[in-house]
Amino acid sequence: MAADDVKPNEQIHPGKPVIVDRYTVGARINHWITAASLILLALSGLAMFHPSLFFLSRLFGGGQFTRFIHPWIGVVLFFSFLGLFLRFWKANLWRRGDGTWLARFRDVLANHEDNAPEVGKYNAGQKLVFWSMSVLIVILISSGLVAWDQYFSQYTTIDQKRVAILVHSIAAVAIIGVWIVHFYSAIWVRGTIPAMTRGRVTGGWAWRHHRKWLRELVAKSSKGAGPSGSKPAE
Amino acid sequence: MFPPLPNPSTTETAPRLSEKDLIRRSASTVPAPEQRLTEVAKLIDVSKCIGCKACQTACIEWNDTHPEVGAFAGAFENPPDLTPDMFTLMRYSEWDNPETNELEWLIRKDGCMHCADPGCLKACPAPGAIVQYSNGIVDFVHENCIGCGYCIKGCPFNIPRISKVDHTAYKCTLCSDRVAVGQGPACAKACPTQAIVFGTKDEMKGWAAKRVEDLKSRGFLNAGLYDPPGVGGTHVMYVLHHADQPEIYSGLPKDPRISPLVEAWKGVTKYAGLTVLGVAAGVGLLHHLIMGPNRVSEADEEHAEELTEGDSHGRR
Repeated sequence: MAADDVKPNEQIHPGKPVIVDRYTVGARINHWITAASLILLALSGLAMFHPSLFFLSRLFGGGQFTRFIHPWIGVVLFFSFLGLFLRFWKANLWRRGDGTWLARFRDVLANHEDNAPEVGKYNAGQKLVFWSMSVLIVILISSGLVAWDQYFSQYTTIDQKRVAILVHSIAAVAIIGVWIVHFYSAIWVRGTIPAMTRGRVTGGWAWRHHRKWLRELVAKSSKGAGPSGSKPAE
Repeated sequence: MFPPLPNPSTTETAPRLSEKDLIRRSASTVPAPEQRLTEVAKLIDVSKCIGCKACQTACIEWNDTHPEVGAFAGAFENPPDLTPDMFTLMRYSEWDNPETNELEWLIRKDGCMHCADPGCLKACPAPGAIVQYSNGIVDFVHENCIGCGYCIKGCPFNIPRISKVDHTAYKCTLCSDRVAVGQGPACAKACPTQAIVFGTKDEMKGWAAKRVEDLKSRGFLNAGLYDPPGVGGTHVMYVLHHADQPEIYSGLPKDPRISPLVEAWKGVTKYAGLTVLGVAAGVGLLHHLIMGPNRVSEADEEHAEELTEGDSHGRR
């Protein structure tokens, strides 16, 4: 069974409505550092990507500072995302049912999620977002280091830098696209945002979108509270 | 002998190069100038160069740069490469001519070629950091430069260098400040053998034709003018005794052009990228307008309650 989906700190608090812990304080802080870096990177990167967006560099105090700070924010993002990766990778492994869920994606978009198989902690779409982010961030940090002239200009040839900057901009467009999917899903599926703000969702939300995960949580807590007891989210 | 550059007049002259003469401005557009200036060019006759480095010295003097005193690296080049403080550099190569079995000492003054289609300008993301005047001079405007190094990636000749001091890019200006008041570049003024001459582009092509003819009469049958069409021609041209193989002159590119990678990056990627993102955002908005939010229903909450109730007996 996909017991990996359930973490020891995820508890169910019965009541009306039922409240389910989804993210610990650590995971949430980690997420928001990553989110802030990604948005700042997108803004500063777009400023250097298209002339019509150069005005965005004013948010960072001008072109020189934008050029200086962008790679450093990238470093923050890389390590911050590494933290998220280590927290979430297991629950994002591709499982049986994910393919079927994806095949029924039209139903999901049409608000007929019931036609798709029950979902664990993450659905196939979320898993794709997770893995695309992971792969793209590795591509972005490595191509970004090649283009970081201030410290690394002497280690690569100009032709390698040209490849790097092209790859970097394509990957950047892709990751902003993935971010749009991520952001839109969080707004469209109401009740999702509290998972990353207060760390908890309602039982109804879990039932509707992650029923298998909810069932596993219930099954786990019925096995006797175990040593973890009723520990609130960190 | 080509008529030498006149000495500057003692009366004050108003600069003849201004914003109005721009034909290209990085990351922005400029209105077409009302009047186009005559295209100028610097002609470097490699066959006449004696490698004295007077041009380098004059360049340092005029531009008031302060190159560090370097260390001897076992070669004639000094410094070993172009730097933010050394806009021009004599490059020396010893070439064994396979036809004559003779050693030829090929000396080429390296520096910005002032391309008609400048890759640096195309790559530059900062509005107005790189400009091109209608007389052909490509100039860097330091107060607009953000130091990103994109010009280095755009340049087919590996010319711009970023200063570690003020983090802006530097290269030969073709002495735009001297040309603006009717003077020629400092290097041309200093050259003792007229290996560097300066004038209008047409004059320079005419002068080069004579030099090529002369070289051919002396047995250099492949002598020719280097004015590469891949970058639309340049405003710094070379007379080469072996124009069929420019690479032997310390790696002068045979058919320089803006790298297709740079063209892709600054062309299709830029436009397609923003389009893709715009469409993605639009599709999201449209989906929300049509489908509305995906809300949790009362029934969902009740199901969850049942599931937990049926199970929480005996637990708390």
